[in-house]
Amino acid sequence: MADGLLIIGSSQAGVSLATSLRALGYDDPITLLGDENHRPYQRPALSKEWLQGEITNESLMFRTQEYWDEHRIDVVKNERIIRIDKNDDGSGVAHSMSGADFPFDRLALAVGARARRLLLDGVDLPGVLYLRNADDALELKARIPDVRDVVVIGGGFIGIEAAASLTRMGRSVTLLEAAPRLVPRAVGEETSAYLLDHHRATGMDIVLGASVRRIVPRGDRVGGVELADGRTVPADLVLVGVGVIPHTELAESIGLVCDNGVRVDESALASDGVTVAVGDCANLPNPVPGAPAGDRVRFESVNNAVEQAKVAAYAITGRREEYAGIPWFWSNQGDIKLQIAGLSTGYDRTLVRADPERGKHSVLYYRGDRILAADCVNHPLDFMAVRGALAKGLSIPHDAAADPSVQLKSVTVDPAALVAAD
Amino acid sequence: MPQVTYTDHTGASRTVAANVGDSVMETAVRNGVPGIVAECGGSLSCATCHVYVDQDALDSLPPMEEMEDEMLWGAAEDRQDNSRLSCQLKVTDGCDLHVTTPTTQV
Ligand SMILES: Cc1cc2nc3c(=O)[nH]c(=O)nc-3n(C[C@H](O)[C@H](O)[C@H](O)COP(=O)(O)OP(=O)(O)OC[C@H]3O[C@@H](n4cnc5c(N)ncnc54)[C@H](O)[C@@H]3O)c2cc1C
Ligand code: FES
Repeated sequence: MADGLLIIGSSQAGVSLATSLRALGYDDPITLLGDENHRPYQRPALSKEWLQGEITNESLMFRTQEYWDEHRIDVVKNERIIRIDKNDDGSGVAHSMSGADFPFDRLALAVGARARRLLLDGVDLPGVLYLRNADDALELKARIPDVRDVVVIGGGFIGIEAAASLTRMGRSVTLLEAAPRLVPRAVGEETSAYLLDHHRATGMDIVLGASVRRIVPRGDRVGGVELADGRTVPADLVLVGVGVIPHTELAESIGLVCDNGVRVDESALASDGVTVAVGDCANLPNPVPGAPAGDRVRFESVNNAVEQAKVAAYAITGRREEYAGIPWFWSNQGDIKLQIAGLSTGYDRTLVRADPERGKHSVLYYRGDRILAADCVNHPLDFMAVRGALAKGLSIPHDAAADPSVQLKSVTVDPAALVAAD
Repeated sequence: MPQVTYTDHTGASRTVAANVGDSVMETAVRNGVPGIVAECGGSLSCATCHVYVDQDALDSLPPMEEMEDEMLWGAAEDRQDNSRLSCQLKVTDGCDLHVTTPTTQV
């Protein structure tokens, strides 16, 4: 095959796909193309360790140039694909904004997502920023020395992480969240409440149920955020973190079915049966064992990008394998680490395991007797035990787990054994 | 230049020149040494950068913190006395470290 695989998007998912393919012995040419003017880098630290100056730019890089050369992966920077001509067999040509053509035998979409923009008066003022990529992060970091008051709009992971980093860096931070609790989409009420107490105790001002009316200027720059109750929170800098929108325009333009992401099957194959889509841009069948039939999800996580890239690599090399990994996620927020194992959707009861003295706090989610997920703050033992149990299809009985001094790993059981004992 | 030698479970070895200040994990991943996954990129969240450190070198390494210790209990392959998470091991001047990677990280 002369042209090989073209991967559009050279971030977590694209890089994982290219490296997984080479690890599997895939020998065709691979072009890993992205529109950013940076070597492929990882995003998570942009709101955390990197923003606080704890790690260097170089630590963000996925691989050395020698690695790409040695593995014959052609990394193309700064080229945005704007049009694709695709044949029925999956081959075609991608055209970039600069006028370059990238022919391919097979296409992979790893185009990710963009930050959702706020539609409000004042959002175009200098000093109103988003945080999705390295350029955003560089701009944010460059402004921090001149900034005292920060308003973060959005109490999801990125908003909270950035707010916690900035608080740690001595800035006065107000976090505005429209919902009545923090991270309403991804964690349950107990975890939200824990995070609220913790971050307030560090000096972060958090307004829940906040309705932002507009962003107000001071001179020709941002000066504050006006709320619907009439109050204006002063700000030298406003950071907006209100979710992301998956990039589906290219996929739609070549006739692939999209619905909150590019629809793919368990092997990461899109509706044409040959193009693969991986990472934040893909909408996949819920991979969690026991999930309701037909349930679909779109993850925004490193773990999903890596795992899905792995199954896509299997599909491309002709070894289809189902993605049956257990989704997991982490979020470092100032001095706490939140780790989430599994998916808590559909739970009917929870169990809190707290050790306030040591700052540990876990919430286990159950549907009936079945454990679905856990949110663990500073509690790697619980996180690893739940992740391990879910991966092996094991159960952690609610009663046995209720004693916070019990190690979950020691009470993990095979559900079949439980039934037999009844 | 400091260096790190990675031996996999089959006994195959690879020695990589390392930069002072980089972690043993970063050195492996950036150079494509198999056997270390490092999903979380060094943020002490995934335990997929587990290595067994050569006994002689164990004492010269900074002791592990509680978080690393706890994460290691959940590593895919059982921990040993010489287990560490390689993202927590910084390469120092004159370092010549030997580590073995487990059969699996996930
Ligand atoms: C600040 C921040 C913190 C995060 N923290 C965590 C965390 O702690 N834990 C965690 O699990 N996840 C975290 N995430 C999420 C994680 O980074 C994403 O899930 C992951 O990056 C998704 O990878 P991806 O390759 O699918 O998409 P992306 O990372 O979005 O990459 C897509 C790439 O494709 C490029 N592209 C798009 N369209 C085109 C085109 N037409 N032509 C060429 N190139 C194109 C984009 O510019 C981009 O470089 C964080 C994300 C951010 C932004
Ligand atoms: S890289 Fe994730 S814990 Fe070391």
